[in-house]
This record gives sequence, C-alpha cells and structure tokens, in this order.
Amino acid sequence: MSPGLDHWILTLVTFIPLAGGLLLLVVPRRDRDIRVFALVVTLLDFLLSLHLPVHLRPESYARNAVGMANQRIFQYELNWPWIRVPNIHYHVGADGISTWLVLLTTFLTPLCVLISWKSIEQRTKEFFILLLVLESALLGVFVSLDLFLFYFFWEATLIPMALLIGMYGHGRRVYAAIKFFLYTMLASMFMLAAILWLYAKTGTFDFVQIQSAIHNGQVENFTSAAPWLFLGFFVAFAVKVPLFPVHTWLPDAHVEAPTAGSVLLAGVLLKMGTYGMLRFNLGLFPEESRRNASWIMVLALIGIIYGALVAMVQPNLKRLIAYSSISHLGLVVLGIFSFTTFGLDGATFQMLAHGVSTGALFMLAGVLFDRRHTYEISEFGGLATPMPIYASFFLFIVLSSLGLPLLNGFIGEFLVLSGAFRDRAVYGILGATGVIWSACYLLWMYQRVFFGKVVHTINDSLPDLTPWERAALWPPAILALLMGVAPLLWLRTIDAAVQAALVPLAQMASKVMIP
Amino acid sequence: MNTSLVIVPQAADYIRVLPEIVLSLFGMAIMLLDPLLNERRRQSTLSTIALLGSLAALAATWVQAQSPGFAFWNMIQVDAFSIFFHFVIVAVTAVVILTSQEYMEVEQIRAGEYYGLILFGAVGMSLMSSAVELVLIFIALEISSIATYVLAGFRRNTAISSEASLKYFLLGSFATAFFLYGVALMFGATGSTSIQVIGRVLSSFEVPALAYAGMALMFVGLGFKVAAAPFHIWTPDVYEGAPAPVVGYMSTAPKAAAFAVLLRLLFEAHAPGRIGLIWVVAALSMTLGNLGALVQDNVKRLLAYSSIAHAGYLLIAFAAVPDSGIPAAMFYTASYAAMNVGAFAVVSHFASVGERYVKLDDYSGLGSRSPALAAILTIFLLSLIGIPITGGFIAKFYVFSAALQSNMVGLVILGVLNSAVASYYYLRLIVVMYMREPRSEVPVASVSAGIGAALAVSLAVTIYLGVLPGRVLDYAGRAVAEWSR
Repeated sequence: MSPGLDHWILTLVTFIPLAGGLLLLVVPRRDRDIRVFALVVTLLDFLLSLHLPVHLRPESYARNAVGMANQRIFQYELNWPWIRVPNIHYHVGADGISTWLVLLTTFLTPLCVLISWKSIEQRTKEFFILLLVLESALLGVFVSLDLFLFYFFWEATLIPMALLIGMYGHGRRVYAAIKFFLYTMLASMFMLAAILWLYAKTGTFDFVQIQSAIHNGQVENFTSAAPWLFLGFFVAFAVKVPLFPVHTWLPDAHVEAPTAGSVLLAGVLLKMGTYGMLRFNLGLFPEESRRNASWIMVLALIGIIYGALVAMVQPNLKRLIAYSSISHLGLVVLGIFSFTTFGLDGATFQMLAHGVSTGALFMLAGVLFDRRHTYEISEFGGLATPMPIYASFFLFIVLSSLGLPLLNGFIGEFLVLSGAFRDRAVYGILGATGVIWSACYLLWMYQRVFFGKVVHTINDSLPDLTPWERAALWPPAILALLMGVAPLLWLRTIDAAVQAALVPLAQMASKVMIP
Repeated sequence: MNTSLVIVPQAADYIRVLPEIVLSLFGMAIMLLDPLLNERRRQSTLSTIALLGSLAALAATWVQAQSPGFAFWNMIQVDAFSIFFHFVIVAVTAVVILTSQEYMEVEQIRAGEYYGLILFGAVGMSLMSSAVELVLIFIALEISSIATYVLAGFRRNTAISSEASLKYFLLGSFATAFFLYGVALMFGATGSTSIQVIGRVLSSFEVPALAYAGMALMFVGLGFKVAAAPFHIWTPDVYEGAPAPVVGYMSTAPKAAAFAVLLRLLFEAHAPGRIGLIWVVAALSMTLGNLGALVQDNVKRLLAYSSIAHAGYLLIAFAAVPDSGIPAAMFYTASYAAMNVGAFAVVSHFASVGERYVKLDDYSGLGSRSPALAAILTIFLLSLIGIPITGGFIAKFYVFSAALQSNMVGLVILGVLNSAVASYYYLRLIVVMYMREPRSEVPVASVSAGIGAALAVSLAVTIYLGVLPGRVLDYAGRAVAEWSR
C-alpha cells in the first residue's frame, strides 16, 4: 500500500463521519434518504478502517520494544503542528490496542444506524448528525497522541452523547443526561489540570515526548507531583469505565438512552476509560501505577462482584445489562493493573469482546422495547414461542457474554483471570466468581424472558425480527464466534502492543530490583 | 520629555487616534441628522450610518496599526496591545449595532441618539486601551461610562430599565470616584500620572505604602466596570433591566477596555500587590458568579452571573507571569466578547415586544421550533462552558496553563472546579431548548438580516478562535514582546 495512504488513513477514518454529519446538515431532506446516507457514510468508514489491522506490522514495534522504549511504537503516524504557542500538534497514530478500538467503533456505528432505522421517527436528521459527530469524536480519542488533542476529543464526545440521551431517551431522560454530563465533566476537569501541569513542566503535549521526558527524569518536581497527576488522570478514566464507587451514572444513562446511544455508550464510550488507563496511567506513571495497583484492583473486584449481584436482582432488562457492564469492565481494570502480559492481553481482548456482545445485548433489548415500550422483565415470559429467531439470537449473545468457551467472552476472561492469578492468587479466585455470577444472572434473565408460558396475552402476537434488525444482529453474532475460535487474529497484534506498553513498567521494576 | 511638551501635535499624532476621531465624527453626524430625517426612514438610516461608522473605525484601526508609537505628549501609546483591544471593541460595536436594528424596531424605540451613544461609548473604550496617562484614562473611562449609563435606560416605558440605569449610574459614579482617588494617591506616591514613569519609579525604588492604597482604589473602579466580585452587586439587576443588545454591549466592550487598563497598570506600571489582590478577587468572582447563576430562571440574569464568573476566570491570567498571562488574558477577552455578544444577539431576537420572553421556560422546545437559532445559541453556551472546538475552551485553556506555569496551582484548581459547576446552568438552558415540549404561545419571529449577520460574525469568530487560535495568540504575544523591549 502506498505510504501516502498510511499517513492519511487515520485522519480520513476519524473525520469522514464528521464530514458526513456536516453534509447531512444541508443535503438530504427525506427521512429515508437521511438514514441511507448515514448508513453509507458509516459503512464506508468501516471499510476504510479495515486497512488498519491489515497493514499493521506488529513485529516492527515488538522488536523495538525489547531494545528501546518509546521508539516508533505507533504506526500510521501523522504529526502536524496545529497551534504554535502553546505547542500543540495534530499528532495521530495507532498501535495494536487502539487499532482494534477504532475498528470496534467503526463496526458498531453502522449497526446503530440499522437498529435505529425504524425506531427513530422524530427529529431524524438531528439524530443521525449527532451519531456521526459522536463517532468522529470517539475515533479521535483512540488515535490521538497529543494530550491536548486527546482531551479535545474526550470532551467532544460528551455533548452528542448527552444530547442523544436527553433528546431521544425515555422517561427520566433529562435527569440521566444531566447526570451523565456532570459526572464526566467534573472528572475530566482533573485530567485537564494534570495535562496542563505536564505541559507547564515539559513544554509539549506530545505523548511520546512526555513519556520519554518522564522516563529520563527530565521533569522538574515530578516525584512530588506524580501521585496527584496519576490521580487526576485516573479519576477521569475511572468515572468513564465506570469503576465502583463512581458508577452510579451508568445505570441511569443506559436505561434512559435510546438503543443506539446505549450500544455506543456500552460498546465504545466505556472503553475510553480503560483505554485511557492502559495508555496514560500505565504509560506515563508506571511507578505510581504499581504503587496504587492494590487498591485499584480491590475496587475492580468490588465492581465485578457488586455489579454482578446487583444485576441479579434487577427487574429491568436494560438496567441488568448496565450492571453487567460494570461487572465486566471491572474485569478489564483487574487485567490492566495486574501488569502481566496475560492480564493486559486479556483486558484489551475483553474490551473488544464486551463491545461486541454487550452492544448486541442492548440492540436485542431495544428490539423488545420497540415492540412493547417497556424493559420490565416481568412484562415478558415465554417469548421463545412467538419470536423463535429472536430467542436464538438472544441465547447466542447471552452465551458469548457469560464467557462460554469458543465464544468471544471466554478468551478475554480467561486471560485476565490467569493474569490476575499470577499477580496474586486471591485476586484471580475472587475475579473468577464474577464469571459464575454472570452465568447466573444472564441465564436466569433469559429463562424469565423466554421460557415458560406466555403470561401476558399481548406477547403472543409480537412479530419476530424484521430484516433491518436481523441485518444489525448477524454481524455481532458472527464476530462473537470468530473471536472465540480464532482469537489469535486479534491477539497477535494486541500482544505486540501490550509488550511495548509493559516496557516502562518492566524497566521500572528492574531499577528497583538492582539498587 | 520637556521638549516634546512645547511641540505642536504632528499628523502622526492624529493618525494614532484615528479610530476615535472617526467614531466621534460618525456619532456627531448621527446626532445632527436625527432631527432632519423623516420619522419613517429615520431608524434604518441612522443604524446604517452607525454601522458604516464602526466599519470605518475598523479600517481606521488598521491605518493606525501602521504607525505605532506615542502621541500627544506621551499620553497615547499605539502598540500591538492597544490595536488588539481596538479591534475587539470596534468589532463588538459593529455587531451590537447589527443586533440593535431589529430590536429597536420590535420595541418601537424611536431615538437616534441610541446609535450616537453606542459610538461615543466606543470612543471612550478605545481610548482607554491606548491611553497611558492616568488622567486621560479617567476621562476615557467617564466617556464610556456615561454613554452606557444612558443606554441602560433606553426602555423608557418600563420601570425596571430606569431602575437599571439609575443604579448603574449611582454605583458607577461612586466607583469612578474611587478610581480618581486612586490616581491622586498614585500621583502622590510616585510623582507622576504617566504609566511609564510610574513603572520606572515603582520598579526601581522601594514601593511606598501610598502606592498600595492607590492601586487598591483604582482597582475598585476597574473591578466595578468588569463586574468582578465583590464589586458585582449591580450586575444582575442592570443586565435584567437594560435593553438586551445594550447588555450584550456592556458585558463585553467596556469590560475589555477595563481589562486593558488593568493589564497596563499591573504589568506596565508594575503596580504593587498584584498576586494577593487577584487571588482574592478571582476566587470570589468565580465562586459567587457561578453559585448565583445556579438558581436563576431569567436568562439575562443567568448570563449576568455568568459574566461575573468569567471575569473571575480572566483574572486568573493576571496572576500569572506576564509572558504567558497577558496573551492569555487578551485572548480570553476576545473570545469572551465573541461568544457573549452572540448569545445576547439570540436573547434580544427572542425577547420579543417588551422583552416578554426572557425566562428559561420560554426557551422550551426551541430546538424543534427554531433549530438554527437553538443550535447557534447552543454553540455559544458550549463555548461559555468551555467545550472543545469553541473559543471559550481555548481561552480557558490558555488562562489555566498560564497560571500553572507560574505555579498558581490553587487558583487553577478552584477555576477548574468552578468550570465544572458552571457547566450545569448553561446545560440547563440547552436542556430546556432540546428536551422540553415546545410552548406554542411563545412566538418565534423570523431572523432579520441584521441579527443574521451579527450571529454569523460572532459564530465564525467563536469557532475560528476554537480551531485556529494561533494567529490571534501570536498577535497578543507580540504585545508582550513590545512591552518588555
């Protein structure tokens, strides 16, 4: 492939949705055309983004990682001065971790368009504009290598998401939108303060440069400020993940959000937090990460178990899935802070797997909502009879979500738990209970919704999946299987990036070992 | 210095006050033409003349920029700093005139002097940014203040407007008296009213206690003008009563001018007690402004409290070292002017006859009834919150990073927390517009050409400053470089 495209690919992928959104502002007028247009734009973006994993060369940065840290870890780089003073660059690049998160985003967005095909009927144009703008902002978060640019996109995701919840959500949508906005806004302010401090001391926002400056001890007063900087970043990410005890915005946001909003929220937005921890907390503050790992892992474990227990007793389908997200994301955090190759590989893989299967779960919940306008589990029962195809899709996704071997959830969970076990056995054991819990609440929920007799007569006549819905559900189902049987397709590139990410930690450890 | 006193002003001297001359001439022309024109065409003609006047003043600023230097026996200094503020003030004036056209028609206010006063006010404000002699600064301050006192009371048929005018006048004259007293004390302490001389004295000798008192008193006067706490009590009432376009004017242009004077005093005249004074006032303004705004249900009052808070954010930059603090403050002034004048353009369009619809509830469902207007107001509000791709974000960013470079960590954390609190009340307005059912009894008039142009300009500037802030910031940086030379 030409080197020119390698430079431009990330920029293209990031900004095509935005350009599509702006075009949508002026061009098509009929609702149908708007939907088709949005679908075409997002599909185009997905096809283009396929370039990234295909041409990723994991061996090149794996080799570098052994010798020197921070040497060309990233591919597809483009580094342009954007603002001279302060020294802000438009610096994008991707490694094995961010590439897959980019792909997850571009994969889920067309599905969001499909699943919203019939359910969004009012203010259609605004809806799809917001969706496209949101996609651009999310992609920007994953490809930014300049802290300013990163913060820029990070904040930019907030508005379209809050508007999607607030304008197209259900009952208490305004409350949920404001809660979501304020929580994340407040938390990210701390990150801004930390970023500004780093800029004041290093004169650059460039991730790679700051990383090497910290590594070489060129940052004045760093040792005294590092605990606070670490916390500044960590708080912003922890709220996004969300880690116990700052998780309370998530159930509200999910329950009230429209289906497409939930899919992107669970599928991608939460991963911004875990991605941030992996990239910035571990990358910039290896020493602080180690020092704080114990309490963070405890919080993650609480999240896993508490999220699962609360999910068990939820009468509301969407709330149940929301709490299951808290539980699953706790597992990701556990993997990240185990500092083992297994743990980080598994965490990254679990991010992708969770994005696919929980995204699909939310779509399935949305299908029910479109028919009955409720998420109460007690309103259903015996749905397997009137909606057989729907029931089989649902079962498949539930199984992938609870970690059945040969499906995607299993790989991530297994790797994370073995990583955690190596770090400290008790963490692995406690984390493993989360897997058992998730089987309990998901299967119990499935039983209550699909088996038994049809209690409410209205459910007898529910129509099965429409072609649009089927088109949206096939891809995640296939992917869940593919990720389960051929995880190496993903892990090969992930592992190389993880090795590179672990280098500063390893160096730090060796410094401590040899006094 | 002594030789220059006897010299007759040169042509260059007049060029260095060209914008002020142009504005005065157009203002006088409006006053003269007012009685001669017939009733029907009067308003549109006068507003067109005023608009031309402000555009001519913009051109004059460009001419003036070509010949930097001192004028009129070192009382005026034209440098990158003063040019920057001239541009901001004159551009705001033009946008306000564009906004006023429709407003005056709807409110049926027939008075030519309205436009004249706006131009005269602009004369005072522009002069404040280029004057480097305290007595001249005082005169300029008075010119601008008297114009705005009268403008605040232009809705003559409502008591609340007269109240606003009177309150503004009484408290304002009190504040300017403080300023004058401060000038006198500063003269007593340093033996001069020239900013350069004061700067030289204060930086080379031990600072006399009298200079502290003088600075404090001058700060009271200027703090009143920029609506910084604890001199902010008048702001909500005056903003609520005054005509909406005038509020857009008052909350931006005179503030910019007062900040310019304050910058010169603190950094060029090296007035003492900077850090302590700024710390207290910035912290108070941000906190009181934001807390006050949380409970407002009138949009004009809400924006009044927001302007107090923004004065606080801006003052943070004053606590930083000059190299990064001054450009940050200048940039903030410009971007705040753009977003606030834009927000008030929407408010004044929407207010309708007698400013009936200025409550938060009146904006219900504006998102579906008037999508374009709501979207534009949303962008201004997002900019006021400080969300990326808007000027407000970059401005806040510069201010905070300037303060951090000077190790003002406490102030920055306070500012950061305040911004988070502030996002709530701006968000309330956005929520009302997009997430509430429309209220059909509130009329949505079509947007006139004037408002359209005003919105387009302020929106373009807000986005431009958010995406490509480099050039403006570079220019502001030049001002500092000139000072330190």
